[in-house]
Amino acid sequence: MEEILEVLENNSRLNCEEIAVMLGKSVEEVKDAIKKLEDEGVIVGYNTLINWEKTDREMVTALIEVKVTPQRGEGFDKVADRIYRFPEVKACYLMSGGFDLTVIVEGKSLKEVASFVAEKLAPLESVLSTSTHFVLKRYKDDGVIFEKKEKDDREAIVL
Amino acid sequence: MNMNDMISPTVKNIPPSGIRKYFDLLNEMKDAISLSVGEPDFVTPWNIREAGIYSLEKGQTHYSSNAGLIELRSEIARYMEYRFGLKYNPREEILVTVGASEAIDLALRSLIIPGDEVIIPEPSFVAYKGCALLAGAVPVVIELQAKDQFRLTPEALEKAITEKTKVVIIPFPNNPTGAIMTKKDIEGIVEVLKNKDIVVISDEIYAELTYEGEHVSIASYPEMKEKTLVINGFSKAYAMTGWRIGYACGHPCLIDNMKKIHQYAIMCAPTNAQHAAIEALRNSYDDVSMMVREYNRRRRLMVDGFRKAGLDCFEPLGAFYVFPCIASTGLSSDEFCEKLLMEEKVLVVPGTAFGNCGAGFVRATYASSVENIIEAMKRIKRFVDRHRGLHI
Repeated sequence: MEEILEVLENNSRLNCEEIAVMLGKSVEEVKDAIKKLEDEGVIVGYNTLINWEKTDREMVTALIEVKVTPQRGEGFDKVADRIYRFPEVKACYLMSGGFDLTVIVEGKSLKEVASFVAEKLAPLESVLSTSTHFVLKRYKDDGVIFEKKEKDDREAIVL
Repeated sequence: MNMNDMISPTVKNIPPSGIRKYFDLLNEMKDAISLSVGEPDFVTPWNIREAGIYSLEKGQTHYSSNAGLIELRSEIARYMEYRFGLKYNPREEILVTVGASEAIDLALRSLIIPGDEVIIPEPSFVAYKGCALLAGAVPVVIELQAKDQFRLTPEALEKAITEKTKVVIIPFPNNPTGAIMTKKDIEGIVEVLKNKDIVVISDEIYAELTYEGEHVSIASYPEMKEKTLVINGFSKAYAMTGWRIGYACGHPCLIDNMKKIHQYAIMCAPTNAQHAAIEALRNSYDDVSMMVREYNRRRRLMVDGFRKAGLDCFEPLGAFYVFPCIASTGLSSDEFCEKLLMEEKVLVVPGTAFGNCGAGFVRATYASSVENIIEAMKRIKRFVDRHRGLHI
């Protein structure tokens, strides 16, 4: 049933009937499998990928490198938990290498993100340092290229 | 001088394609869905395109050897062995051509003495008959049947063979029907041919696009290896139609003679595209598997769509075509396609474009997005419901 994931990852709008046909399974089998995947936390959500740059909404994204002190018995998880619960945080990863956490933050303006870092993130007890990088342009997200040529300009051929 | 009188009657008598007129109509239409083109909708995987770009940057802009880059031929030899269990010497038994189509033409021109018979199962790719005629052969058509799932049966083959038969074309997985030949089917054909002096041209361009079981090449039978020319290429499996790289593998004597025509007509396949093809064979197998899984899902979706529209549709297990029977609508293949395009803006190809026995069928390709297929199937169902009502 791993193929269900491949299908849904590319298009979460397909309904169970369509998926069942595509995989040569019964609708019931597909429904059960999806339910199971949801229950097990394999499927964690169904989002829409939006290129906000094309809308009027003002938005800035920052990638913040964070160095933290791991806590005894909890490792990095507890610090990460304190950080990723802020709704401004869109993504949070534990990293190998020169710093510990990558925190991706979205805000309406540069000022909003800056104040999040200064007032919420940096003052946390276990946070040693932060380094904030603002995103200037998004070319590709989640495997999707934003400025894609949509027009099919293939010429007719007889074969 | 009347130029028309100067044209060779052989060429003049080749009928123009019946599909062209639909393309002209299609070009004028907005939001029409075309399920007519026999090529992948995927763009060539980026690593392959990047390899092509890199080869240009390095200045690899010269001719290659006539038979193709030895590096590419070696990769082809490796591929043929691990994929289909076929051993070929890259120096003598492999020729890189401009698409698989050139290989078909070269093979027929190398083999045919005017008057020789070439057995062509139909419905099938339009080029076989055209190339056979241009080579001076007499095409002998075997009409494949829906009841046999459009497979070639030993009985039909036996019946078509005469003492003039020089070549048999085995076009599986098949365009336009999507039919495949299983191991058992191929064994039946081997029994018929193994003791005869007939050359087999096995067009296996869709071999990777096999959805049930593994593709079996007739050349994998020792008694058939020598007399079989296997034709394959990069267009379908690697989504590389525009690069024009195909190849032929077979007896050194046949390859050598094909190479003579190739070197006069073509010189060599585009060098840049050959470098891209090397990358395809070395590093793109995951992309091929991904595309095959995706095609398989679309295939099921389309077959289901035609069946839900009430059309008989045998299960195609190869290539990327579905070949439903539309006779129950009371329309001819041509009428069905024209009306479907005008009324519902969906283009499929009449089965008759692939031989007379394609009458009553249409070809639709699922090398199109899932969204397109779902929408097209809705429109086709609406169309069939309406026309069936008119003819009862």
